[in-house]
Amino acid sequence: MTPNQITPASLNPAQRQARADARRNWLLSAPALLFLTAFATLPFLGVLVYSFLTPGQYGNVVWKFSTDGWVGLVLTHDVFDDTLVWADAHLTIIWRTVRLASLTTLITFVIGFPMAWFIATRPPRTRAFWLFLITIPFWTNLLIRTFAINEVIRNEGLINSVLMDLGLISSPIAMIYSDGAVLVGMGYAYLPLMVLPLFAAMDRFDMRLLEAGYDLYASRLTLLWRIVVPVIKPGIIAGCILVFIPALGAYVTPRVLGGGKNMMLGNLIDLQFGQGRNWPLGAAISITLAAVTLVAMLVILRVTTRPAER
Amino acid sequence: MKQFSVTAMPGFAFIAILGFVLLYVPILTLVTYSFNGAATMTSWGGFSWRWYGAAWANVDVQSATIRSLVIASWATLISVVLATPVALATTRTAAFKGQSFIYLYTNQTLVVPEIVPAVALLIFFAALKTWTGYQGLAYLIAAHTMWCIPLAYLPIRARLEGMDLSLETAAADLYATRWQTLRHVTLPLLMPGILAGAMLCFITSLDTVVITEFVKSAGQETLATYMLGQFRRGITAEINAISTVLLMLTIVLLFAFFFLTRKRAA
Repeated sequence: MTPNQITPASLNPAQRQARADARRNWLLSAPALLFLTAFATLPFLGVLVYSFLTPGQYGNVVWKFSTDGWVGLVLTHDVFDDTLVWADAHLTIIWRTVRLASLTTLITFVIGFPMAWFIATRPPRTRAFWLFLITIPFWTNLLIRTFAINEVIRNEGLINSVLMDLGLISSPIAMIYSDGAVLVGMGYAYLPLMVLPLFAAMDRFDMRLLEAGYDLYASRLTLLWRIVVPVIKPGIIAGCILVFIPALGAYVTPRVLGGGKNMMLGNLIDLQFGQGRNWPLGAAISITLAAVTLVAMLVILRVTTRPAER
Repeated sequence: MKQFSVTAMPGFAFIAILGFVLLYVPILTLVTYSFNGAATMTSWGGFSWRWYGAAWANVDVQSATIRSLVIASWATLISVVLATPVALATTRTAAFKGQSFIYLYTNQTLVVPEIVPAVALLIFFAALKTWTGYQGLAYLIAAHTMWCIPLAYLPIRARLEGMDLSLETAAADLYATRWQTLRHVTLPLLMPGILAGAMLCFITSLDTVVITEFVKSAGQETLATYMLGQFRRGITAEINAISTVLLMLTIVLLFAFFFLTRKRAA
């Protein structure tokens, strides 16, 4: 809504109508935009401010400028001589977060791609059924899905009881409370988030392109790699983003399946606002997480759009 | 089916079926254990409804359920009321300056992990709570609404994009005012999109555990935070029973959603 430099009288009726429409559209959008500004944008800027303050003794902050929150992200004071050393615990968690989120994206893609293709190539009558089967877990509470995978991998869970009943093992295999358990849990929980956007893209894919390619003696692998993948690329990008973002910020899955010692960034943030009583550090980690997410998205977009430019 | 098919990729059907099995085995295990008659989760004690009875009679579960439903209803209502005008403003119009800004700004919360707005609102509301002294549910409702707005916006917008303008043009030709056209033509046609958006908001609000965990005042457990809290103290089949009920609710809502958004046969 820039100020009018030209008087309305100097505009022709069509231009005047366009201006009136634009003004009306802004007015219609204003309540939602203001709401989001108040409860999403401004609070986020608040986090930025808090990351430069001093922690209060019992949580919260003291309004005194400090960069300790940001320094504490990667450095810590040595317990013996108070010199600054690398904060190994934090670096481990950052590395684990990036690694697990990337592996989750990879695993869900490897399993999700054939699933989406399978649904997209069903005849119309049965397609809705398979689609519904993937939609149910998509919209099921993340907490419930995490509890569900826990039922399978916990010590008295499905896998261990079956193996013990078969006499293959005599005592339960400890699977839970490990990085592997978190990875399995996230792969399980986020698989539907990968399948649905892939399916949406494949659903619009013109299968006759494959016949054309086949007639030109392309192998099936070539068909997939040179025809399907480039055409459905927006769906691949959407699926990867949809999995990678929540995986980077995962909080529930590592808490339930990682059992406190296999923390990810989300749990580290939680710790700073709880027992850690270091809000500026927690704020700095949050900003870092948001920044990593943004960079990751740009990288995904960049990497996946490059081949098209060749 | 032995017919030659160019769309059949080797191994794909196998992986796909395996994927579906992997998706459903854990869910079915969870549901099965909710009917476990044994007192502990270590063994199977025959079919029983006891954990459903226990959950139903549990005062904490009752209050958490009511709180969850109240928050979800308000968040859904406010999200839809805020998102519908934005959808109208960004679809049925000639391109205008700032249109894509409005689109991106409305969807801003879709591209951040839930923990980031959770922290932001913890900080913001902690300050507001000290300043105003008010500790009530409005904070949670506002937080859930913020998180739900794009989920209301996108289906409503999708519905509007699929609706052609001719009926509205006809109404305008018949001297209907803008308001009359909106009230008697556009909104009734848009209703399936609005209901679809409302359902997604409702499911999402019931789901939202991280934001709730960070924003809630003492004693404001929702079903999700209650279950997470109980889980920490050791799993019981009662959680499975509650999960199963929530799962059924999700399935029912999804059936309704499918019914509302399915393409009309021409």
